[in-house]
Amino acid sequence: MNFDTIAAISTGLIPGGIGIVRVSGDKAVAVCEPLVRLKKLSLSQAKANHLYYGQIADQNGVIDEALIAVLRAPHSYTAEDTVELQCHGGPFVLQKVLDAVLKAGARLAEPGEFTKRAFLNGRLDLSEAEAVMDLISAGSELARETALKQLQGKNSALIRRLRAGILEKTAFLEAALDDPEHYELTDYEKEAEPFIQDLIREIEGLLKTADDGKVLVEGIRTAIIGRPNVGKSSFMNCLLGYERAIVTQIPGTTRDTIEESFRFQDLVLRLLDTAGIRESADVVEKIGIDRALEAVKEADLVLLIADGSETLSEEDEALLALCEGKTRLMLLNKSDLGLKEDPAALEARYGCPCYGISAKNGSGLEAVLEKIRTLFRLSEIRQQPLLVTNLRHKELLREALTSLEYAEKTLQSHAPEDLLTIDLMDAYRALGRILGEEVEEDLVNEIFSKFCMGK
Amino acid sequence: MQMKKIDNTERADVLIVGAGHAGCEAALAAARLGCQVVIFTVSVDSIAMMPCNPNIGGTSKGHLVREVDALGGEMGRNIDKSFIQSKMLNESKGPAVHSLRAQADKREYSQKMRETLEHTEGLKIRQAEIAKILVEDGKVIGAESVSGKKYLAPAVVLCTGTYLNARCVYGEISEETGPNGLKRASHLSDSLREIGLKLLRFKTGTPARIDGRTVDLSKMEEQKGDEHITPFSFENREDEIKKQQISCYLTYTNENTHKIIRDNIDRSPLYSGAIRGTGPRYCPSIEDKVMKFPDKDRHQLFIEPEGLYTHELYISGMSSSLPEDVQEAMIHTVPGLEHAVIVRNAYAIMYDCLDPMQLKASLECKTIQGLFSAGQSNGSSGYEEAAAQGLIAGINAARYVQGKEAFVLKRSEAYIGVLIDDLVTKENTEPYRMMTSRAEYRLLLRQDNADLRLTEMGHEIGLIDDERWQKLKEKKAAIEKEIARTEHTVIAPTEAVQSLLALYGSTALKSGIQLAELIRRPELGYEKLKEIDPERPDLPEDVREQVEISLKYEGYIARQAAQVEHFMKLERKKIPADIDYNDVGSLRIEAHQKLEKFRPETLGQASRIAGVSPADIAVLQVYLEKHAVKNVSRET
Repeated sequence: MNFDTIAAISTGLIPGGIGIVRVSGDKAVAVCEPLVRLKKLSLSQAKANHLYYGQIADQNGVIDEALIAVLRAPHSYTAEDTVELQCHGGPFVLQKVLDAVLKAGARLAEPGEFTKRAFLNGRLDLSEAEAVMDLISAGSELARETALKQLQGKNSALIRRLRAGILEKTAFLEAALDDPEHYELTDYEKEAEPFIQDLIREIEGLLKTADDGKVLVEGIRTAIIGRPNVGKSSFMNCLLGYERAIVTQIPGTTRDTIEESFRFQDLVLRLLDTAGIRESADVVEKIGIDRALEAVKEADLVLLIADGSETLSEEDEALLALCEGKTRLMLLNKSDLGLKEDPAALEARYGCPCYGISAKNGSGLEAVLEKIRTLFRLSEIRQQPLLVTNLRHKELLREALTSLEYAEKTLQSHAPEDLLTIDLMDAYRALGRILGEEVEEDLVNEIFSKFCMGK
Repeated sequence: MQMKKIDNTERADVLIVGAGHAGCEAALAAARLGCQVVIFTVSVDSIAMMPCNPNIGGTSKGHLVREVDALGGEMGRNIDKSFIQSKMLNESKGPAVHSLRAQADKREYSQKMRETLEHTEGLKIRQAEIAKILVEDGKVIGAESVSGKKYLAPAVVLCTGTYLNARCVYGEISEETGPNGLKRASHLSDSLREIGLKLLRFKTGTPARIDGRTVDLSKMEEQKGDEHITPFSFENREDEIKKQQISCYLTYTNENTHKIIRDNIDRSPLYSGAIRGTGPRYCPSIEDKVMKFPDKDRHQLFIEPEGLYTHELYISGMSSSLPEDVQEAMIHTVPGLEHAVIVRNAYAIMYDCLDPMQLKASLECKTIQGLFSAGQSNGSSGYEEAAAQGLIAGINAARYVQGKEAFVLKRSEAYIGVLIDDLVTKENTEPYRMMTSRAEYRLLLRQDNADLRLTEMGHEIGLIDDERWQKLKEKKAAIEKEIARTEHTVIAPTEAVQSLLALYGSTALKSGIQLAELIRRPELGYEKLKEIDPERPDLPEDVREQVEISLKYEGYIARQAAQVEHFMKLERKKIPADIDYNDVGSLRIEAHQKLEKFRPETLGQASRIAGVSPADIAVLQVYLEKHAVKNVSRET
């Protein structure tokens, strides 16, 4: 078919040992052929899936030496003919090689276009393609595992099974409408109701994993609050300074603030408004409270810091009340000075897990991290066979669920059976949209535009 | 001596080739829209003939007839004049699948239609076999009869039914005749091929007719007509058409019947390979049913009168192409038919028809301007499917002649839209029969609201007069007013109310509630609440019915309407007629071939072609956006 041939630098523009220019499309080999000098043969004679040493040159001479691989359709990432030019990894070299390829007749790939080709060529379904993106941006071991499972089609297989079940039920209903002599609907409710309820349960189960999925992919949004001078800022520094953690700064999601992400093994904490915490130590207290309130609202987890060297004050209790209903931990700081309150007693009194810590020497921190892992069931999540991590999937699952609940209501109110098909088909389509198996306006382009260049 | 050749060429606006159910509708529509029309038939006595079942309507087909009527077609009015039994089917099911069916007096049906044709201005009937379609520069210019007479017209509608190169078969007997032993059309197929059209060879069949005096009806279940009947035409009221009705009878085949069929199956031309052509899966012959459902120990047979003028009875469910002696033997195994005397044999008929993917949704040929086709010649089956297409083809032939834009119904607007879209979009390998399941938006496309959906369009087209249009507007207003009243009327928890609710097993009221809310309760309804609604105005039945359905199924209707909205998004995106699929790129080979073959008119239509995947549609969408297609299709 008339595929146009696309090319891009697939390894990013940071200096590195190796950089890859990927060329995909019907004319991938033809485009690269004049640029590639192999020892004994021309590129079109190269065997698929073999690595050849050669030079890349344009009319001005050799640009780089490279390892060159030819992958033949459909056995490539895009399921098209693909040439990979593995060059030296400097941005300037790579750009020059890419320019030469573009001049030779390829078009610069749009972000995500290689993956889009894989989808359009039927090698990946939509949710699998999305998993590729998740895999690239996976920030933790668990997120990586989950994305990989999705890429391997485990979620898709489940959704396909649910869809097949719905389709079968609908087909029977339709057949009964057209051929009542051969397809009886008597007692249909008795059979359809448990079926629909099972579907509802399965989708509800999947939806429950969506919250876990969010924790996984985005991290646990964590607010650190406490009255002035209890050591919020030093606690945060202690956390961020934790030797085995990886810390990155990211812009805040809701306001013009800074968040810092703390990763330790499979635990990812997104510390909300870290600048606010640092500032509130020396600015007017009012601002500190407002910002704390806002952080609590957004947070999945609240860490309430109190001064453990004093007894709990009314203010501390007020803050505790503020985060009532949230997953929260009370941390009694300054344990190095001796604790005035017994964490176990406080925990019993306020129904909030309570730990003594020292931001100064870091004692107690591991226990806190372990508690957070337990609260967010990280080991359990890890055991789960399937996780929904994508917001689009979650919304569509919810749509399917609503439709199935309508169908259940139809059955329970003994409404005419033919009405069932309306909601069953809605559920069927919503699930199909997860996989990209329903025709939809502009969805595909929107999804792939979120990808990075070269993928 | 030189012979003088007299030029007897005739001119007209629209020629209709065939006077069956499609041809009659097409001719009437075109003539009523102001065209000079000539309708051709191989026999004037066979106008609107019913060569198969003696009824009009039935599941989903009844919808088509109501829609034809709502748009200003004739079939509904004609069956109202000639019915001998009327029945609303599926009344125990939801309103979407209620379907009207009427038994016809076949002779009366045909005669009344002929009278209507004869009384229509601008419409000429001509007994002649058309042998050639005349085409010049990609446009139709007329047709020529076997005798060589030329008829010139800018539009021609093919309604050739099952006549093209027809062959009737039963057992070893094979005859070159059309249905009912009528003369077949032997020349036109070649002419159609010559002008570049692709033909298919389809097969259908009809059961035997038996002498009613030799049948023991007491061994069968009587099937009476409805006491309270619904006319097919929205123009008619029950009391205007009500009459004494006849009954049909239900009986069954049995193991003996099936044994005879199995023992003689090799004598069926279908199984011996003598019949070429694909038969309908949904209207199978009795031998098909017996072979395909080996576990079923009996099959239903309906015994239906052919009319009041005759003793002949039609054995519905027993169409066959087995030899005469086998037919007789199997009929005699059926309770009540032990001594039945056959009047006419069952037979299978094979015929040429147009591959309908060569047509646009307007039913005009994609490659030949002004040439339209409707009915069984498009590979459909059934009188109603034919009439529906005939009406649309007739309307569009007239509009073509008058330089107006084609009239196309969408899948979301009418069963007619579904029918035509399926015909022109899906690969047809057997005669296409309308079915409820084919209409995905069927809750909106009910037989009871065909007038509300379509009569405005019929008026715009010019087939519905102002008076009827005015009446419809009044009906619409009355429905809306009454729905609003139920929304505003509060029912207090009086003793009378509570006891009525208790009667229907409905929860008692704690405080006042809107009447509409009560109507929506599954166990209640508009009619059931009449006695606790003293303010209720006296409204005609069709208005009350709409109020009831609109309120009771409100949620479902709204959700289905949302589905339609989604569907319309792609439907509105037109694909330019001159698109070059080689330019599109990234289309899978199969999709490319299918798109090239069908050349769909909209993105929505493209998405329904088998072999075109959602990913292909995504590709096509990107291409269309890049090429800034500004065409926006009609939004209704």
